[in-house]
Amino acid sequence: MISSFPKLLSATVITLKLLSASLIIGLFVGLLFAILRLNKNIFINKFAYGYSYLFRGTPLLVQIFIIYYGLGNLIGNNEFLKSSLLWTVLKEPYWCAIIAFALNTGAYTSEILRSAFQTIKPGMIEAGKSLGITSKIIFYKIQIPIAIRQSLPAYGNEIILMLKGTSLASTVTLMDLTGVAKYIVSTTFKPIEVFIIAGSIYLFMTFVIHNLIKYLEKKYSFQ
Amino acid sequence: MNMFKKTIFSVLASLLIIGNVYADKIRIGTEGAYPPWNSKDASGKLIGFEVELAWTLCRYMEKQCVIVEQDWDGMIPALVMRKFDAIMAGMSITDERKKTITFSQGYADEVASLAVMKGSSLEGLDTPEGINLSLGGSDVTKALKTLTGALAGKTVCVQTATIHQNFLDSGDVGKVDVRTYKTQDEVNLDLASGRCDAALAAAVAFTDYAEKSGKSVVLTGPTFSGGAFGNGVGVGLRQAGDDAIGKRDAELLKAFNKAINKARKNGDISRIATKWFGFDASM
Repeated sequence: MISSFPKLLSATVITLKLLSASLIIGLFVGLLFAILRLNKNIFINKFAYGYSYLFRGTPLLVQIFIIYYGLGNLIGNNEFLKSSLLWTVLKEPYWCAIIAFALNTGAYTSEILRSAFQTIKPGMIEAGKSLGITSKIIFYKIQIPIAIRQSLPAYGNEIILMLKGTSLASTVTLMDLTGVAKYIVSTTFKPIEVFIIAGSIYLFMTFVIHNLIKYLEKKYSFQ
Repeated sequence: MNMFKKTIFSVLASLLIIGNVYADKIRIGTEGAYPPWNSKDASGKLIGFEVELAWTLCRYMEKQCVIVEQDWDGMIPALVMRKFDAIMAGMSITDERKKTITFSQGYADEVASLAVMKGSSLEGLDTPEGINLSLGGSDVTKALKTLTGALAGKTVCVQTATIHQNFLDSGDVGKVDVRTYKTQDEVNLDLASGRCDAALAAAVAFTDYAEKSGKSVVLTGPTFSGGAFGNGVGVGLRQAGDDAIGKRDAELLKAFNKAINKARKNGDISRIATKWFGFDASM
């Protein structure tokens, strides 16, 4: 069973790539939609709410399948769309997975950030205003940093959930940690040993993420 | 309270009885996603060549059976862990699998083939019609060479943990970008959408899909048998052990072999095979 360890480790690299790519894109998507959620315009507001409702209300597996097989079937059978740039991206399982993960984590992140924005006390913004700081700078220098700090615990949770979510990439042919573990099981027929090793690798990654977030929480604590 | 206890007791007792009834039945595992070998109809009922054959064999063994559904990639682990007692899932008899489980005699044999979409550059490869990897010879060498050239840099899709994946991984056709899927349905979908340049599976799996979906999937290259493709499809069973349960497994192997003999002699296997495959795939 030790012989399967290097294979699992190299597959962990794919898992980490998927995780980091989707978290980075998801953070920007989440921030954008959190700001839209706070917009006074009812259409913009409802649109942002609809997005988060849709992606938080459906299973990630279904989302991946719709993007990979659903769109794949739609575009792959259409000559015009097939020659477009869209297909160059969606043809690759890697991009399909990243798009699905990023949109999913983006929806959760937008909710986390929105509630963080709403916890900012009006006094802090007023303090900025009374010092003559423009509202743009107040937003970038006061609201966003505070919101990020406030959202750290919940966001740490989201990172861990997303780490485990990446295991679904194996359903669209990607050989991530879970995919390779399944492959090894299917050739060695030893599910317990292989899945315990794979599980331990996930656990270790969670341990690192958990402590990193804890460190950041401490570092940026208000006390 | 007494009433309550009585109810609990009778429920538990009935559960035990049900458990015993099940213990007496032969549980046969199948995938239900590899037509025409085994699949499901619109209502979710298991159908196909092996489902019908399983009922026939059970009749000859004079045993009661249940057919259990199991994902392909967990098929052998599930058998070993006694989730069921026998596999009938289009599983070819190969030396690699024999390290973990045992097989009855083969009941059907069917060739594998590459498939592409009509109009693909891989259509109409210049190879012999069929090659047997166990026999070898100049025909086989030449065909493999043609395939190695044609498939270089191409994406070939297969179902995971199949003889088809083993063949592509073996390096007989050079370095191919192999993409693996959980089910054959998903392979078919990605072949049709163009994500796969070619796919490898049982030839009937493709002709069945082409017929049902209306997609222009065509076979190309030689049909494969022997070598990595194994020696026909048989019933997968646990290797016999020395204890009481192990002995029961050994008896089950004998019973299946006897039932297959009878079914073959009476023409049942050919009849069912012709019904589902369109030709006589029995062996």
